[in-house]
Amino acid sequence: MAFETKNVEKNQLAAEVQALKNGGQRLLTMTCVDLGESFDLLYHFDLDLQMTHLRLTVPKGESVPSISGIYFAALVIENETQDLFGIKFEGLALDFGGHFYLEEEVKKYPFCKVTVGKTEKAGEGA
Amino acid sequence: MATIVPFGPQHPVLPEPLHLRLVLEDEIVKEALPTLGYVHRGLETLASIRDMDQMVQIVERVCGICSCIHAHTYCMCIEGLMGIEVPKRADYLRVIWSELHRMHSHLLWLGLLADAFGMESMFMHAWRIRERVMDVLEATAGNRVIISVNKIGGVRRDMSPDQLRWVLQVADELEKELDLIKPVLTNDYSVKKRTVGVGVLTYQQAYELGAAGPQLRGSGVAQDIRMTGYGAYKYIDFAPVVEKDGDSWARTMVRFRELYQSIDIVRQLVSSIPDGELAAKVKGKPMGEIACRSEQPRGELMYYVKATGDKYLDRVRIRTPTFANVPPLLVMLPGCEMADVPIIALSIDPCISCTER
Repeated sequence: MAFETKNVEKNQLAAEVQALKNGGQRLLTMTCVDLGESFDLLYHFDLDLQMTHLRLTVPKGESVPSISGIYFAALVIENETQDLFGIKFEGLALDFGGHFYLEEEVKKYPFCKVTVGKTEKAGEGA
Repeated sequence: MATIVPFGPQHPVLPEPLHLRLVLEDEIVKEALPTLGYVHRGLETLASIRDMDQMVQIVERVCGICSCIHAHTYCMCIEGLMGIEVPKRADYLRVIWSELHRMHSHLLWLGLLADAFGMESMFMHAWRIRERVMDVLEATAGNRVIISVNKIGGVRRDMSPDQLRWVLQVADELEKELDLIKPVLTNDYSVKKRTVGVGVLTYQQAYELGAAGPQLRGSGVAQDIRMTGYGAYKYIDFAPVVEKDGDSWARTMVRFRELYQSIDIVRQLVSSIPDGELAAKVKGKPMGEIACRSEQPRGELMYYVKATGDKYLDRVRIRTPTFANVPPLLVMLPGCEMADVPIIALSIDPCISCTER
């Protein structure tokens, strides 16, 4: 039951995900793990009941390319992650601006270990 | 001219608050946009202030209808990280209770669907039959919905030989009851008129959009996580229930046929359940990362757990089937008539409590 991941860089992400889609993989979901100074983004895929995982590590404050152009279903997952962790996804097919789950009066990212407040600017754009 | 009509969050056919903004041209839906967050509780993040044993009770409350399967999947993760071998009898009991949950979930959904298209008698029959399953859950686990039988390493409760015989007897009764309502459901003109060809999701769409459970299998994809053989599923024979048309009727038939399948699985398990311990001893704290999957009544459930050997887990991520079925719903709705939206929305058996966690 070993959990094996393939590490990818931001600039490789779209190509790696596209290659997995071309190989028939279904997108299961994405997991965001707060590492303190950075986030681990784990992308989980499935083919014939076998899971494949990609790991992208990004420093906090950096944006991440959206994969919703490759897998439409990623839009709900990325919007959820944007709400809860404050990660900005570039090119999101349908961007709820950080308010997919949360109301506009929520001024922090609730799943970050160290509570991060939204600035006016981040609140508008995140 | 386009008109935006809100569907939900409070709607007669929805037991939970799902909100869709429907862009209409005359009576035809052109676009559907979801709005979630009415029951978002942030349960995943409670892992940072509740220990691994307390988290069993937390995950059971993600969803009432499939609470047992949430706890089972979470326990599989911790057991996998700690290398715990669950006793065989506990595996059997976990799956028996899981299949009872699948039956009561599908019957609950069938009642809601029947109610949505105005078939009150079917609604009442489905829920009457469901009560027999709830009686079994109450008698064997002490509760009707959140049964709290799972713990890390095994199960908390056993079933006596008398209870196991009674479960078989109830399974026979359920099968007879389903045989009685089957012709009403399958031959009724109104039911077919409301569901056949309505809300079609093709094989390709279902696969690419990541649909889960009966929604995936109703579009012809033979994927069922029980085929991986987790728990006691490795000891029994079964094949995924698949329909090919991808419409609301196909999804209805998948769930109805799965009721018979669950009865068959329960019979196989009860007739071959071994004697033995109910739980393995648990020592220490988990460390590492793991992802485990199971098949809920609504489809594939995935848990990711990261632990560092501390009292609290570092991360618990829960991917529920309805969350996966939202994007396919957004693709199924455009082109349908406004009057069909409630039936199509119900045909995915939405669980918003699961979706928002």
